[in-house]
Amino acid sequence: MSVVSVTRLWGRAAAVAALTLGLACKREERRFNASYPSPPAYAAVTLDTLQPGVPSPEITVNSPSEGNAYDIAQGKQLFAQWNCSGCHSHGGGGMGPPLMDNEWIYGSSPENIVATIVEGRPNGMPSFRNRIANNQLWQLAAYVRSMSGLQAKAPSPGRNDEMQYKVDEQRTPIRTPRASSSRNVPAKSERP
Amino acid sequence: MTWAGSIFDTAGPPAERIARLAWFLIIVSAVTYLLVLVATGMAMRRARARRARGELADARPETGKRLTRNVAIAAIATTLLLLVFVTATALTNKAIAWPLNAQQPLTIEVTGNQWWWQFRYRDSVPSNWLTTSNELHIPVGRPVRVILLSNDVIHSFWIPELHGKQDVIPGHRNTTWIQADRPGAWKARCAEFCGLQHAKMAFDVVAESPAQFDRWYESQLASAQPPTDSSAKHGHDVFMQRTCIMCHAISGTEAGSSVGPELTHIASRPSIAAGTLPNTRENLGRWILNPQLIKPGVRMPPNALPPAEMNALLDYLETLK
Amino acid sequence: MSAQPLPAERAVETDPNSIASVHARLEPVWRNGPGLWGWLTSVNHKSIALRSILTAFAFFAIAGVEAALMRVQLARPENSFMGPDRYNQLFTTHGSAMMFLFAVPVVQSVALYFVPIMIGTRNVAFPRLNAFGYWTYLIGGLLLFAGLFTNTGPDQGWFSYVPLAGPGFSPGKRVDIWAQMITFTEIAAIVAAIEVIVTVFKQRAPGMSLNRVPLFVWAMVVMSFMVLVAMPYVATASAMLAMDRLIATQFFNYAEGGDALLWQHLFWFFAHPEVYIIFIPALGMVSAIVATFSRRPVFGYTALVLALVAIGFLSFGLWVHHMFATPLTQTGQSFFTAASAMIAIPTGVTIFCWIATIWSGRPRFDTPMLYVVGFIALFVIGGLSGLFLASVPVDLQLTDTFFLPGHIHYVLLGGMVFPLFGALHYWFPKVTGRMMSERLGKVSFWLLFVGVNVTFFPQLLLGMAGMPRRVYTYLADTGWGGLNLTSSIGAGLLAIGLLVLVFNIARSLAAGPPAGADPWGGETLEWAISSPAPDYNFAYIPIVHGRSALWADTGELDAVTGLREDRREVLQTTMLDAEPDSRHEHPDPTIVPLLAALAVGVGLISGIFDPMGFAVGGVLTLIALAAWGWPQKTKPNTHEIVEVPK
Repeated sequence: MSVVSVTRLWGRAAAVAALTLGLACKREERRFNASYPSPPAYAAVTLDTLQPGVPSPEITVNSPSEGNAYDIAQGKQLFAQWNCSGCHSHGGGGMGPPLMDNEWIYGSSPENIVATIVEGRPNGMPSFRNRIANNQLWQLAAYVRSMSGLQAKAPSPGRNDEMQYKVDEQRTPIRTPRASSSRNVPAKSERP
Repeated sequence: MTWAGSIFDTAGPPAERIARLAWFLIIVSAVTYLLVLVATGMAMRRARARRARGELADARPETGKRLTRNVAIAAIATTLLLLVFVTATALTNKAIAWPLNAQQPLTIEVTGNQWWWQFRYRDSVPSNWLTTSNELHIPVGRPVRVILLSNDVIHSFWIPELHGKQDVIPGHRNTTWIQADRPGAWKARCAEFCGLQHAKMAFDVVAESPAQFDRWYESQLASAQPPTDSSAKHGHDVFMQRTCIMCHAISGTEAGSSVGPELTHIASRPSIAAGTLPNTRENLGRWILNPQLIKPGVRMPPNALPPAEMNALLDYLETLK
Repeated sequence: MSAQPLPAERAVETDPNSIASVHARLEPVWRNGPGLWGWLTSVNHKSIALRSILTAFAFFAIAGVEAALMRVQLARPENSFMGPDRYNQLFTTHGSAMMFLFAVPVVQSVALYFVPIMIGTRNVAFPRLNAFGYWTYLIGGLLLFAGLFTNTGPDQGWFSYVPLAGPGFSPGKRVDIWAQMITFTEIAAIVAAIEVIVTVFKQRAPGMSLNRVPLFVWAMVVMSFMVLVAMPYVATASAMLAMDRLIATQFFNYAEGGDALLWQHLFWFFAHPEVYIIFIPALGMVSAIVATFSRRPVFGYTALVLALVAIGFLSFGLWVHHMFATPLTQTGQSFFTAASAMIAIPTGVTIFCWIATIWSGRPRFDTPMLYVVGFIALFVIGGLSGLFLASVPVDLQLTDTFFLPGHIHYVLLGGMVFPLFGALHYWFPKVTGRMMSERLGKVSFWLLFVGVNVTFFPQLLLGMAGMPRRVYTYLADTGWGGLNLTSSIGAGLLAIGLLVLVFNIARSLAAGPPAGADPWGGETLEWAISSPAPDYNFAYIPIVHGRSALWADTGELDAVTGLREDRREVLQTTMLDAEPDSRHEHPDPTIVPLLAALAVGVGLISGIFDPMGFAVGGVLTLIALAAWGWPQKTKPNTHEIVEVPK
């Protein structure tokens, strides 16, 4: 091993370290006092990409909670404390649809989930308009997404400090989620 | 000595006995420490004198014998002292145990949460059970059995004026007891590191005469009165239609969540924010607007209410006596 | 002879029996390779111990800066210097680094540096394992601070109580980094303990039967056995914690039959002996200094050895006194109170023996001796404040208050750092060949001594005043401001004292007067060889005739002959009586320990992010171990038979 290769090795190590640093910043931040985006206005988030004429511009709200371990953990506590499990049963589904599969009736993107929480949905999902603070909305959405593997593994919680529901490790692996906006229409990238 | 808030500012039998033992230990330690310092100092002086006289190190057998004797005496003295110490400890420990012949004990269930306290007064009549948050009232002279439960992580229940601390452990049912011998108002602080706001997780303790306590108990059992003036009515609606309702309970209204402290009699409490902020209108407003500025990491979110709604809400909360 | 002799020794090359030519033959065999490669491949116990000591002091410096920042934050009530998130990371990494990355590694490194010299051998028993231990320690330490500087510093406290440290309440990778750091340092600590034990039991110079082993070495042996017993507990516990967090095991989840208190028992069963693991080596250092500067062997050798062993045993029976506030029966509480009190007896005996040594000696109060006196003055406060915590009722009031930081810093600064600084001044000439400045040494001693008291005595009082520990701030109406400000000012004094010490070291390194082999008139074998010590320590292995190897009235040391000089050969002796037993060839410098440590590092660090990382690291480690155990080429026999008259 020559000095040159050692230098090169250090260079690479530095690059990896910088990358880890960037990831760590996003993952480990605790933003107690940051302002979170308001939920998208009523009906601004479409549920379907089929539309006549030229497609209207898609609304994208950059969720600050995506990939943030602290926000996901907060969302998890809120999910439990606000009794989301009463209908969604720890994500397994009961009266409400399951949240740990890759079927999304109203879309899987953070802004879709926030819209679902804010607007409510027919047949049981209440509307929490004005009831939930902005940061908590995005935290909840981030946690809901982590249940079906839409969050990276590193920021997602390992397990609960409570009775466990068992997930079969041999179950069909989660496929790449379809476009957030539709249940039946393939994602844009998959369209011919 | 009454050093306010210290372990020597005692107001109950267990704390009293512990303070006495602590004083005993302080005196014994001080004397022991002085003896060690004096022995070291004398050894150094003697040695310096020998050096000045140019003598060699003293390893004669008779010196060795004398030294052995002195070291043995010191070791035996240490042992005897420790025996006294262990005996005093055991006796004190016995004296501060729950009095089995306690008359009419009161039982309170304490639940630790990140980062606030809930107290549930048990009564033989279930409808008389009382739940309060961050404020503990006890009658003077009556032993109180305390059952310690946790909703999340380990906390520690500690009122220095009344008793030592006991940990509040999830999955375990720890118990302790307190008794106030004189009326007073004290701060109690969580004593086990429990996360971001461990530093500001306190509660108010009020010891009062049995008659005052009963009056307080009755007033706390009552449901909140519906607001009468229009601003407070508006505030009531704000409470029920905004973020407040998701976490807080006010008995007699639709608000019934137990995620955060219950607020049925918030206006009668000396402090807010888990015993760390005096309960004034201004503080309450600041707190509701952005608790993260006062206690970073606390679980209550910022609530950017318009001024009109905020004023109405404060008017309403002030009616919750 | 395989390489050129040193220029200075060319003149005597003609006489193969002269001591200079022996040195000339040994030097090329034992020295490290050249350049960076030589540095990475070194298996010399002194090189590795020295870099380990420097690493430990680097971590000490960072953790010290953290402490200073915390004292700035606490200097006044409701200070806005930092928030709880930052503060929690600081106090957690401060405690973890001081305990796991400074205190234990530094005393073990001092042991690895001086034990082989004091017992008269050329290297530690397993040189490659020794190098491996250092590299794992380094990776673990870098991991912790890399975490801190990427905002991934552990924030759950150095005691990591579950469920706060569990997956539910400590999101992100902060606690995982802590748990893996523990694993790294435990591997390193256990490795170092094995080194010390085997070296002492198998490689003592002939004649150094167990009852002639220096007290310093005894202390290191007792410490090493304690490490062997205690460390596996915390390594197991931290692995269980990491598994709870990463692969959803349920060790500490009460809802699924786990238990939050299980963690506390496992942790304190390690962490209480930990304090004594740190403290017992300090007793060894104090014994060495007291003997040399009192000009007589330490009084009560047998009593001291027995006391060391007794402290070692008893320290395993006290752990529950950290848990008096959890549900326990009174009988249990009394038992652990009595056990805690009992350990004061052997500890007292050691202190009485040193006072007796000073009393009957002819002491010089140079800086190392000042540190010993400072040690007695501070450690006794630490020990006596420990009585408050051993007594159940008083402990219930004082545990988890600021009394605790006050107590533990009196014990660790007084009981470990002061002896260590004494040892630093004492052995600096041996390691570097230069003397330190006495005047600066005394200045820094007094600054540190006053600083410790001004910093930590107010903390004892704050605890009694009811201030909980691990708080990032406190309200003004508590009345704790004054004592906290005093404590912060004391921290400033400590910082100045440490800077003077660093300046003293730097200046002495550059321009200190040459020390010579034996500047203090020492008792033990390290003073028989030149300063700095040659790579092979001894040209001839000495023969020991008494407890005080250099103070026996025999004039020149007798020496052993017959060890090969063209290979790294050491003499093995029997366990009890140290009679010559066999010759053993030691390995040459090799990169394999570093590779093995890197493989372990890959496994443990990538495992934080994906459990598969453990598997990858495991395979890599097996490959490294295969390389480690690969049969060596037989060396050509170039041995010249040299007759050396005894």
